[in-house]
Amino acid sequence: MLQMSVNRESHGTRHSGSVPTTLAQLPKGEAGVLERLDLPEDIARRLMELGFLPGHVVVPARSAPGGEPRVYRVDGSEVALRRETASRIILKPPSKGVGKAREL
Amino acid sequence: MSDCHSCASCSVAVAPPPSINGTKPHVVAIIGPPNSGKSTLFNRLTGLRQKVANFPGVTVEQRLGRARMPHLDREVILIDLPGVYSLNPRSEDEQVTRDVLQGTMTGLPKPDAVLLILDCTNLGRHLVLAAPILSLKLPTLVILNMADDLKSRGGQVNTAELASELGAPVALVSATKGDGVEKVFQFMEGTAGGTTSLAPPRVELPVLQDIPRCRQWAHQVGSGAGYQAPAPPAWTRRLDAIFLHPVAGPIIFLVVVAGVFQTIFRGAKPLMDGLQAFIEHSSAWLGSVLPDGILRSFLVEGVGHGVGSVVVFLPQILLLFLFIGILEDSGYLARAALIADRTMAKFGLQGKSFIPLLSAYACAVPAIMATRTIESKRDRTATILIAPLMTCSARLPVYTLIIAAFIKERPLLGPLLGTQAGALLGLYALGFLAAIVTARLLKSSVLKSERTPFMLEMPPYRMPTLRSLSLRLVDRSKVFLRRAGTVILAVSLVLWIMLHLPYHDGKAPEIENSFAGMVGHTVEPVIKPLGFNWKIGIGLISSLAAREVIVGTLGTIYGVEDADANSSGLQQRLQSEITPGGAFALLIFFAFAMQCMSTMAVVRRETGGWKWPAVQFTYMTFLAYLCALITNQVVRSGIFT
Repeated sequence: MLQMSVNRESHGTRHSGSVPTTLAQLPKGEAGVLERLDLPEDIARRLMELGFLPGHVVVPARSAPGGEPRVYRVDGSEVALRRETASRIILKPPSKGVGKAREL
Repeated sequence: MSDCHSCASCSVAVAPPPSINGTKPHVVAIIGPPNSGKSTLFNRLTGLRQKVANFPGVTVEQRLGRARMPHLDREVILIDLPGVYSLNPRSEDEQVTRDVLQGTMTGLPKPDAVLLILDCTNLGRHLVLAAPILSLKLPTLVILNMADDLKSRGGQVNTAELASELGAPVALVSATKGDGVEKVFQFMEGTAGGTTSLAPPRVELPVLQDIPRCRQWAHQVGSGAGYQAPAPPAWTRRLDAIFLHPVAGPIIFLVVVAGVFQTIFRGAKPLMDGLQAFIEHSSAWLGSVLPDGILRSFLVEGVGHGVGSVVVFLPQILLLFLFIGILEDSGYLARAALIADRTMAKFGLQGKSFIPLLSAYACAVPAIMATRTIESKRDRTATILIAPLMTCSARLPVYTLIIAAFIKERPLLGPLLGTQAGALLGLYALGFLAAIVTARLLKSSVLKSERTPFMLEMPPYRMPTLRSLSLRLVDRSKVFLRRAGTVILAVSLVLWIMLHLPYHDGKAPEIENSFAGMVGHTVEPVIKPLGFNWKIGIGLISSLAAREVIVGTLGTIYGVEDADANSSGLQQRLQSEITPGGAFALLIFFAFAMQCMSTMAVVRRETGGWKWPAVQFTYMTFLAYLCALITNQVVRSGIFT
């Protein structure tokens, strides 16, 4: 009934060295800065109300067994998203200051 | 307030009537984002003086309550609005909230004042809702809830500064502990007495459609008031490390689910037995003190067997709600939905459907009400449609009776599982299988939709309070008993009359010649291929009201004095009445058929029309008939002998 595989714990490891461009690729515990939401208007608005706004810092936290949905810390709260949604949330490239971004 | 708020047909009459002393009641709306502690504050202000109803025409629940003002001779009516993040009308919840606040909701007067409740441990994000609320220009009190958490986690805010930034009074409150609630009463007394005036906000309100702008505004207001966000909730992080652990998490999840099950079945049993004994004793006592006649016959056979057999389920239902209350108030339910999401996604549903389906094992009625948390209308409808296929507790009496009569007890898995318990388990599995296959069918056809994204806020863990749990139980008992006292009583009455008419020579007829008997004979040709006779036919028809009614009906029909207390007599009668094929067919029929008027009524209310209950009834009855037919024919052909 439950998927127990844990091999996909962090999505970023496969491209170690390459820069995460979407929230789904950001490894657990690392901070990223949101650039835009590549999603239909109503879903994007709902996400923005939950704190996923351009410029905000997001940190992937724990996930359900099997790696998704994953909990993301954003704007003072924790919100769970499936990977299909997280992969449409685009991050700013690190030159704009991702690496030093601190968790809220 | 009138008593008819939960009855669907008169849901338009939600306007609070004038209070006793003639003055118009003062209407105050409570609004806040989800997880802001809105309902806790509502309960704190109104206590037991509250009612749950639906807003007319939509499926959104409204709660109305009365607050008793210490120093004021005017009635204050509180409206608890759904939890929303904004007033942009996209979901039904937001539409209703907006309509109520603008005074355009049918049957409800425009509120005289607003209580805006925000979680001050996350003020930056929650303040966003203040912009559209303040722009309504209604007298508003901004309530910063969870003041105790803010303090203990080292955050702070200057309420006086915030009040002048917003141009509205601000109160720091802890709704669970009751700290600061007196300020809320003072505000309501002020607005009711007409002594509160509006001040313009110091910071100009942003364009409401622009969410980033609103968030910026909230940040600006917050820092103007010296807001310092508290440290992250340490306990929540620690508990999530356990509950969302890759190995321990799913194990705890399964233990919780199994524990809920076990308690609903085993834990409720002594309570149910006690209640059963009480009802039987009252029936017997009534039978002994009343003179022989119509009244006694009706009270003992009609009310005692009919209504009594249903009221027995009250402890089970209360236990279920206690569990759901604890899981929900503590914050674990959000984690359970998260863990279940992947499995539910395989059947075209999502994690949020898990909670109602779990409750459907007790009763489909609360389960269907619990689907309100699912935002996607199609997912919600699919969940509503499959919920009655899950094995509810009303099927248990039917299953137990037939299994005991027709399946010989033999060890199946050594001493661990016998054939009888195995059959019962099989029926549970069958219901679950039917539910998920139906979900898959619905989601790949009529209810096909883009996979709606799963977005679920994980609230911090909190200790459930005794106060809110007991309020829930009282609330649900009222709903349940009202139903038993109306629908079930009505069916019992009709059946009893049908069994006793038409009179011949001043005597009630033989059952065979009664109206009920005639109905049974009329349907017999249709159900004969399933292995059912006309008496089962009467049972099937009467159990359209509620599944367990068939046990009482057959008891009455077979002339067994007390069907429930002497069920071995009923078992023997059944063995001589129907073949094993018919018995198995009856089990299968009850596994699939929609024999429950309360469920139909609640589906109609929740889906806003007769279309879905009609589809559901047709589908389930057809499925039940077909599978029962196959079962009877297969068993009769002797393949398994």
